[in-house]
Amino acid sequence: MAAFSAPRWQPNPVTFPATRVSLLAGIASERASERHRALERIVQAYWKPVYKYARLKWKRSHEDAKDLTQGFFAAASEKEYLAAFDAAKGRFRTFLRVCVDRYVAKTASAGMAVKRGGAALALDFESAEHELAGAGGIEDVERWFEREWARSIFDGAILELRSRAGAPLAKTRIAVFERYDLVDPAQRPSYAELAQQLGLKPTDVTNHLAAVRRELRALVLETLRELTATDEEFRSEARALLGVDAT
Amino acid sequence: MSVSDSVLDHLRRVTDDPDLAGTKYDLLEPIGRGGMGAVYRVHDSSLDRQVAMKVLAAPDPSGELAARLLLEARFLARLEHPGIVPVYDAGTLPDGRAYCVMKHVSGQRFDEWLATGPSRNAALELVARLAETVAFAHAHGVIHRDLKPANVMVGEYGEALVLDWGVAKQIGAAEVGTGTTAPSGSQQLTHHGAIVGTTSWMAPEQSRGEPADQRSDVYALGTLLAHVAGDEPAPALAAVCARATAAAPADRYPTADELGKDIRRYLAGDSVAAYPETALARWSRVTRPVRPLLALLGLYGALRLAIFFWSGD
Repeated sequence: MAAFSAPRWQPNPVTFPATRVSLLAGIASERASERHRALERIVQAYWKPVYKYARLKWKRSHEDAKDLTQGFFAAASEKEYLAAFDAAKGRFRTFLRVCVDRYVAKTASAGMAVKRGGAALALDFESAEHELAGAGGIEDVERWFEREWARSIFDGAILELRSRAGAPLAKTRIAVFERYDLVDPAQRPSYAELAQQLGLKPTDVTNHLAAVRRELRALVLETLRELTATDEEFRSEARALLGVDAT
Repeated sequence: MSVSDSVLDHLRRVTDDPDLAGTKYDLLEPIGRGGMGAVYRVHDSSLDRQVAMKVLAAPDPSGELAARLLLEARFLARLEHPGIVPVYDAGTLPDGRAYCVMKHVSGQRFDEWLATGPSRNAALELVARLAETVAFAHAHGVIHRDLKPANVMVGEYGEALVLDWGVAKQIGAAEVGTGTTAPSGSQQLTHHGAIVGTTSWMAPEQSRGEPADQRSDVYALGTLLAHVAGDEPAPALAAVCARATAAAPADRYPTADELGKDIRRYLAGDSVAAYPETALARWSRVTRPVRPLLALLGLYGALRLAIFFWSGD
């Protein structure tokens, strides 16, 4: 059995830290609370890609992939091997994926079964499993992992947007956003149709969309800022995540 | 629940589109993208015309890139020349990204234009015009520092346009044209010793991270010229290329204007400064246009001599 002890922390899917310094500096911090906070945010951004990766790349069952995900992040917390990341050698997400590969290989070669501890992370594996319905294999590992990482970043930012929508104006904006940007293209209404549905003017729809997208972009970039170690990595990841470079 | 693939693609695109809310511009389509910025075709609703908007795409926590884009816009605003795309506006979008608005120009990239198979003389003429444009910028104290095919456009009417002045540098006006000293007291937006430009086209001193001056642009123009000249150029053209791309700045043409003039001399069939001729070579070049006439005259003279000696018998 792989070394595993239940971590004392649980990822909070909504709360963003007040300070946006790099988490990658945090995981190397001498202060345990700082390390745990950094790892919590890293788990929040990466647990779903890691789980899906275990299912599709390593062909693990739902239960095994859950245990592997829990075990990986617990081991990362205990052994602090994410602190070995060197920004000069590449991107953090690539480093983390390689760490997962090594963790899987290590547990397999030792004939170990990864098991969850008593206080496992509160992660919604059922929804992650649901999202895998109909998914095939992975042809290009780097590309696939990058896409799942991008999905996870946007999911987190959308969650944060929704949590901020307390005031009536913000609620209207989120309603416009959800009915336009978050629906599949085939079902996407025109600005005029959406304006009619919500009792707004078409220009209000475009203005609300612009405001929400502006906030979404800022949230995505803030998350990226946290998850990267250097300005160069930050810019490179932003180019990968946004716009025409993104596929 | 996570977003679907199609929604994810949509979000990645719309969060990168420039935020034009509250501006006089309407987004039409993206038309190009570089390392730090993207260019869009937009509609200027107040003047009812299409223009090109360059927007800083990369995150810019220090504000350095925005400052560089603004400086580029200011350089362009100062450089009114047919070979330089005019800038109309610059500022910051509601989402915080810096932008500048330029004339929308249709055309082809220099390398794409070359691939269409223009005559060599047409291509040489284009490089001569580029040299004149760069010389104009130098005369106004601006060094481009990143001349390469991707930064040259051939307009739909054959105009040669120098693009992307994003890493340009301003030098003291007194230094331009001397061709002998590295600039000092220069205004630039790059870290000291940073390598700026594109390696395969840049001058050796730029590759070493040393200060660039107008002769660095001469070197880049020389590499473009050599690209156009082909594998086996005439000796005079080869000499022009060699002088423009000399490893030591002091061995190059001191100004882009001198390079442009030498290219034009070559095109006119005149002697070029980079290729000193022997008296025989000069006589051969000067007489080349009238060589058939000279041959006829020689033949006529020979016949007269033959007749003279024949009749003398």
